[in-house]
Amino acid sequence: MTAPPAALSERRHLTLPETLRDTRVMATRQLRKNRRRPTYIVFSFVQPVIFVLLFRYVFGGAISTGPVPYVDFLMPGVIVQTAVFGALVTGMGLTEDLKAGVVDRFRSLPMARSAVLLGRTAADMVMNVMTLIVMVLVGLAVGFRPSQPLYDLALAFVLVLAFSYVFSWISAFVGLTVRDPETAQSAGFIWVFPLTFASSAFVPTSSMPGAVRAFAQVNPVSLAVNAVRALTIGHADALPPALGTVAWLAGLLLVFIPLSVRAFRRA
Amino acid sequence: MGERTAAAIQVEGLLKSYGEVVALDRLDLEVDAGTVFGLLGPNGAGKTTLVRIVATLLRPSGGHARVLGHDVLTEPLAVRRRIGLAGQFAAIDAELTGRENLEMVGRLYRLSPAEARRRADEVLERFGLAAIADRRVSTYSGGMRRRLDLAASLTGRPPVLLLDEPTTGLDPRSRQELWAIVDELRRGGTTVLLTTQYLEEADRLAQRIAVVDHGRIAAQGSAAELKSAIGTVVLAIRLSDPATTSDARAVLADLAARDAPRIVAAAGEIRLPVSSPGASAEAVRRLDARGIPIAAVEVQQPSLDDVFLTLTGRPAHDRDSAEQQAIRESA
Repeated sequence: MTAPPAALSERRHLTLPETLRDTRVMATRQLRKNRRRPTYIVFSFVQPVIFVLLFRYVFGGAISTGPVPYVDFLMPGVIVQTAVFGALVTGMGLTEDLKAGVVDRFRSLPMARSAVLLGRTAADMVMNVMTLIVMVLVGLAVGFRPSQPLYDLALAFVLVLAFSYVFSWISAFVGLTVRDPETAQSAGFIWVFPLTFASSAFVPTSSMPGAVRAFAQVNPVSLAVNAVRALTIGHADALPPALGTVAWLAGLLLVFIPLSVRAFRRA
Repeated sequence: MGERTAAAIQVEGLLKSYGEVVALDRLDLEVDAGTVFGLLGPNGAGKTTLVRIVATLLRPSGGHARVLGHDVLTEPLAVRRRIGLAGQFAAIDAELTGRENLEMVGRLYRLSPAEARRRADEVLERFGLAAIADRRVSTYSGGMRRRLDLAASLTGRPPVLLLDEPTTGLDPRSRQELWAIVDELRRGGTTVLLTTQYLEEADRLAQRIAVVDHGRIAAQGSAAELKSAIGTVVLAIRLSDPATTSDARAVLADLAARDAPRIVAAAGEIRLPVSSPGASAEAVRRLDARGIPIAAVEVQQPSLDDVFLTLTGRPAHDRDSAEQQAIRESA
């Protein structure tokens, strides 16, 4: 073996290009793994489709949304919910890597530690793009008719993706904290269910009792759903909820990126 | 151009505690460059904690650890450039092929894509994995996976290799193969720190062995030194009637070598460390005089099992563990 280079002037930190390169390696790894588990991909589509069918054809008839047809009300809600559920994959995947010892290997390599999380969340976002496309197609098939110009629709799509990306970091933090795939899954549902159902995703918040309504109205899921709804069917002004959503996302990112990176260092 | 110190791994007063529980109790250790150092001890002795601290995975509560002169706390990146880590589990992606796994790790060792590819080919060839390199790891046997895991830890040509129980759970043939690889690496100049619960493994691979117990080093030296610490030879006496074991033990007690206060006795079997082989005649005479029938007497070199028992008062491994028993039986 050749001796390593002299130690004295050795760099102690990686550069940004090095971090980005490691991120790409990690994202490629994850996407490649996903591609080789086609059943996993298919099943990740099935759940949101079931939600669409349930709400469109089972509960929908009992929910009054005034002049807006329920399917047009529903689809933005289900799409945002899907984005949040899709983010749960991030935390569960990390706990699987922890359990398999893969995280230990990564942490023992001279790579950027943040790249494991950056690559993972990026790869999960690519998966979520595909899920969202499927959701839009399913929506169109069950009668969803967006009325707004393409520009607004594209904006709605980007907003939902950003939403799912930020929630990936929350999910990463939860996963790295509980450390066990099964626990990560149950823990995930604990925060995801109230957040997605106590929101304007499936029913108008005006039907909820006071305290729940108060929660639902500040809930980032509601804001995102309202923004997406306004951007797709144009029943209301999209700007206030869109700005609210962006503020939430920026705040959550600022909190959960450092928290997740710290949890990863200690994992 | 050399490193700051001759020792490849230096550990000084290393302390790791989790609240009340002390995993490492001010442990000191030095591993010479180009040697295999064996950390021997039962589960929970602190071996894995030590490896994880040296690998920069865990922060110590106190003390220092350095790899080729670089402190794990202040220069973790420098340490990571110089180590390879392979643990008890194969830390590789089952959905990827062997080659993809190695190229990825090579890239993360900061090799260029071309260099990572070349290096992966090299390591695959060397570890006898070239023929299955493009198969997904999910189709590999346990032994192949472990070999690939070790190969992955070597893609960056680290001068220091950390192996945490590398053969736990492997079948005998895979263990032999892994041992041969470790030998070859050492001949190539790699420093290896290896933990094991298997005495014969430390004996077979390591130039120096430290017996770890309760986060401390109970004894340290070459296998021969550790063995000689308890007497020159061991009389292994098998009794015809297990019921006479304690009787026989009492009769033989004062024959034990001066530094070996313990006689190891299981039902029907006594292991007696003595300072000269001549003591065997005396032992037989005494048992005869007492009318204790003997099935067999053998003069043996002390095993590391004897060493561990003498030093810690406990057998080196939990004999009730089904897995370990299976491994011992198959070995």
